[in-house]
Amino acid sequence: WIPSPKPLSRGVPSLVDRYFTRWYKADVKGKPCEDHCILQHSNRICVITLAGSHPVLQSGKTIKSISYQISTNCSRLQNKVSGKFKRGAQFLTELAPLCKIYCSDGEEYTISSCVRGRLMEVNENILHKPSILQEKPSTEGYIAVVLPKFEESKSITEGLLTQKQYEEIVVKRINATTATS
Amino acid sequence: MERGAICPDCFKPAKNKQSVFTRMAVMKALNKIKEEDFHKQFPCPPNSPKAVCTVLEIECAHGAVFVAGRYNKYSRSLPQTPWIIDGERKLESSVEELISDHLLTVFKAESFNFSSSGREDVDVRTLGNGRPFAIELVNPHRVHFTSQEIKELQQKINKSSNKIQVRDLQLVTREAIGHMKEGEEEKTKTYSALIWTNKAIQKKDIEFLNDIKDLKIDQKTPLRVLHRRPLAVRTRVIHFMETHYVDAHHFRLYLKTQAGTYIKEFVHGDFGRTKPNIGSLMNMTADILELDVESVDVDWPPALDD
Repeated sequence: WIPSPKPLSRGVPSLVDRYFTRWYKADVKGKPCEDHCILQHSNRICVITLAGSHPVLQSGKTIKSISYQISTNCSRLQNKVSGKFKRGAQFLTELAPLCKIYCSDGEEYTISSCVRGRLMEVNENILHKPSILQEKPSTEGYIAVVLPKFEESKSITEGLLTQKQYEEIVVKRINATTATS
Repeated sequence: MERGAICPDCFKPAKNKQSVFTRMAVMKALNKIKEEDFHKQFPCPPNSPKAVCTVLEIECAHGAVFVAGRYNKYSRSLPQTPWIIDGERKLESSVEELISDHLLTVFKAESFNFSSSGREDVDVRTLGNGRPFAIELVNPHRVHFTSQEIKELQQKINKSSNKIQVRDLQLVTREAIGHMKEGEEEKTKTYSALIWTNKAIQKKDIEFLNDIKDLKIDQKTPLRVLHRRPLAVRTRVIHFMETHYVDAHHFRLYLKTQAGTYIKEFVHGDFGRTKPNIGSLMNMTADILELDVESVDVDWPPALDD
């Protein structure tokens, strides 16, 4: 996966570009290339998605199944949120697991939250049709929606990479691989 | 206070209210209290007072008056209410200020409360007959106006701005607010939207939308309002749609929907959280470039001949 400028086939910025800022976390949990992209809305809500360089989105990868059962006692599907202040939501730290993706080649990937906050919802559409995650990773194929604490809404991005910083890392990786091959 | 002790759950102190004894709270208490209890606490004739009453201060205020009408909005950069963040105004003016400021002056009122039958986003125009609104003028010093004077006030508002226009401006009673709510929650609205598609389309590709009647859609609380609204799924009905082909990547959609439908999300799908949506119905990616409110189907306030 090589980053390239987005073609403006419409002359108007996309839904994501209009309302969201893209932030990235590379090599999440030390696993090479397991990059996540956090879409931060101007109202501080964060949508957790896979970055284009994530192994699951590379050609040839087939997803067998996705599970939100992250431990014996915890399923993200059981998350219940009530009222305007979203009481009862599961609280997430940066490294909290959101889901597990099982691929047909036997590989298993864990997707992490990357931001602290209350879990609003996980995407049930990808459970029924995992291919959506690969076809539209930045929109219909999102993983989860997280609401950071009001006081932390600016500070959550301090540990994340900007679009430019992320693209530099990906280019460095490609150069490193071509140098050694 | 004595009365607060008799019906304590009706009179809870709240941060925003000046006095605990609001009109609603008193009415609620009167409905709640049992006949015998009332007679016991407040006998008629009342008992003789034990102490002399001394006046500390006399404050006079006029009861609020209500002005209603319908407004059109022609600007795509005008918020309903003032848009202020951290004391800084982000966008100039607002629908409510453009209408109410003139009323404040003429009625010599202290402040106003603006309400309307729903509202539109900053970038959405309101066309057709306009949207019903009602303004409560607090402590007005002038309350008597002839219908001619109200007509002139309407003309004054309309001359002062091309961003909004008002019609059917009239004095109404407090029941106005109830009509606003009913209009917001129960009455249908029609819209026109300019839609972009990622795949090239021909006229025949959008015709099927014209045949869909009373389409049920499920909308999760849109991401753009999720920070201040509860997370829920709302079922809404799209009563009918009419398409007008523009070019290979654009068409106009006219639609009539149930109250409370999020149109933008019905078009772009909001990450698949509104289902079905125009994109899923057409099996492509759709986005909304422009939205106009064509009508708010409320019969109130009564139309006036101009």
